[in-house]
Amino acid sequence: MADPTIAVIGAGPAGIRATEALAQHRLPVIVIDEAPKGGGQIYRQPPDAFRRSPSLRYGFEANKARALHTTIERLASAIDYRPSTLAWNVWDRQLDTLRAGKTEKVPFDFLVIATGATDRVLPVPGWTLPGVYTLGGAQIALKYQGCAIGHHTVFLGTGPLLYLVAYQYAKAGATVKAVLDVNAAAAKRRALPALAWSPSMLAKGLYYRAWLGAHGVVVEDGVTPIVIHGNGGVSELTYRRAGVETTLRCDAIGLGFGLKAETQLADLAGCRFRFDRESRQWLPERNADGESTISGVYVAGDGAGIGGADAAELWGERVGLAIAARCGRPRDTTRIATIDRQLARLAHLREGLERAFRFPSQHVSTIRADTILCRCESIRIGDAMAAIRVFDVIEMNRMKAVTRVGMGRCQGRMCSAAAAELLATESRQDVAAVGRLRAQPPVKPIPLPWSSPR
Amino acid sequence: MERLVERDRPSLEFSLDGAPATAREGDTILTAVLTLRRHLAEPRLGDGPRAGFCLMGACQECWVGVDGLPVRACGTLISAGMRVATDRRSPSG
Repeated sequence: MADPTIAVIGAGPAGIRATEALAQHRLPVIVIDEAPKGGGQIYRQPPDAFRRSPSLRYGFEANKARALHTTIERLASAIDYRPSTLAWNVWDRQLDTLRAGKTEKVPFDFLVIATGATDRVLPVPGWTLPGVYTLGGAQIALKYQGCAIGHHTVFLGTGPLLYLVAYQYAKAGATVKAVLDVNAAAAKRRALPALAWSPSMLAKGLYYRAWLGAHGVVVEDGVTPIVIHGNGGVSELTYRRAGVETTLRCDAIGLGFGLKAETQLADLAGCRFRFDRESRQWLPERNADGESTISGVYVAGDGAGIGGADAAELWGERVGLAIAARCGRPRDTTRIATIDRQLARLAHLREGLERAFRFPSQHVSTIRADTILCRCESIRIGDAMAAIRVFDVIEMNRMKAVTRVGMGRCQGRMCSAAAAELLATESRQDVAAVGRLRAQPPVKPIPLPWSSPR
Repeated sequence: MERLVERDRPSLEFSLDGAPATAREGDTILTAVLTLRRHLAEPRLGDGPRAGFCLMGACQECWVGVDGLPVRACGTLISAGMRVATDRRSPSG
């Protein structure tokens, strides 16, 4: 049998390890990645003009970052590696891609979707002011550009990334005014036994927090954001804790409430989705091999469900080995068993993280009605709620049709988490019952002069 | 945006809405503009200026015009002589 065509979308931890496993079995692979260099968002490599060492850039994770970067560099000559390329549609077992202004179709027999994640954000009054960035964005400013998002930065939200980014900023010489976690300290204490499934990760988390405290950074739990003030840019943040309102002067805010899987391409490929209670998001269904409900289409890494970079590497390899076996290569049952054991351990850790850093869904219905919900279309929460009532909306795509929430250029990436919670509250349904926004091609905007093949 | 580390990269000249401006090699367009001023794009829907948001190509808030073509400022490196237009009401923005 002739070797099949295998396409991998994404050159982050999952995509790189999937590619490596396939290449080791001498299978031809096409790797399509939006970034000019491999590593994904977590191990993103800076432009050439930057020379800082990986240990300064990636901290404790420097060895993992370096290993992945070397792997994709080493593989690049043996595979069909297409960096700076956007996969913007999947249809009838072919991808539509865009690279340097040219569209190209890529037919495939097997597809690995390793599209990663973005920050899950929630509206806060004033969050469209210049100076407010996602938490992940704040980290990218530092590791990719050597910049801080402001001179006096507050980190607000929840999740392990909150403490990590604050630590990285302070270590690099930035002024961190405060780290404000919406989850209470008690939630974190309750999650400790599950977090202890990864002693090293727990130790790192405790270390970051202790280091911040020891260096005079205000670290608070159980915080409710009230309003971001500013004229032409952030100047103050007001929050409430234990009934007391506090206002901090700051010119930048890193905002994030965990991560959200980038699932648009899996949706366009026709994969069936399920609502994951633990992480409160819709995810493509997958079997033990990482295969979706569409034969030959596999999902791996955070794009298949938030599991973190270590799990993403393992899932990538796992999927690569499964596809190799499907292509007639011997199935490496020993390695597969090892990976599955490690993934099971990381799944326990993930449960702990989800419990310690819950998505604050109960906050959403308390956000001021004049707050912008949809940043693309500048739609305010009150207007969206009024439309939901007038049109008796009970489902997300209907909500999009009558309010335009989710219809803008980000396709709901930045607003759909909050929009779903609002719709669920207003229509008195469980959040799973309101459904999810359907993905539309192109999954990201394509400049018009480039949209037709030439 | 504040330049924190590796500030000694070679500088380069570009134009920002018609005025001469200076950036560093390896800057994205977003970094180049936001180290000079606080906002990136002029108001589009009347709710105040924006300055990008996600920095990873997801939010689509940082589109600007470069030499007459639309690009995402967070994912495009600046180069010498680039003409960057940030007014979205212009045809290229």
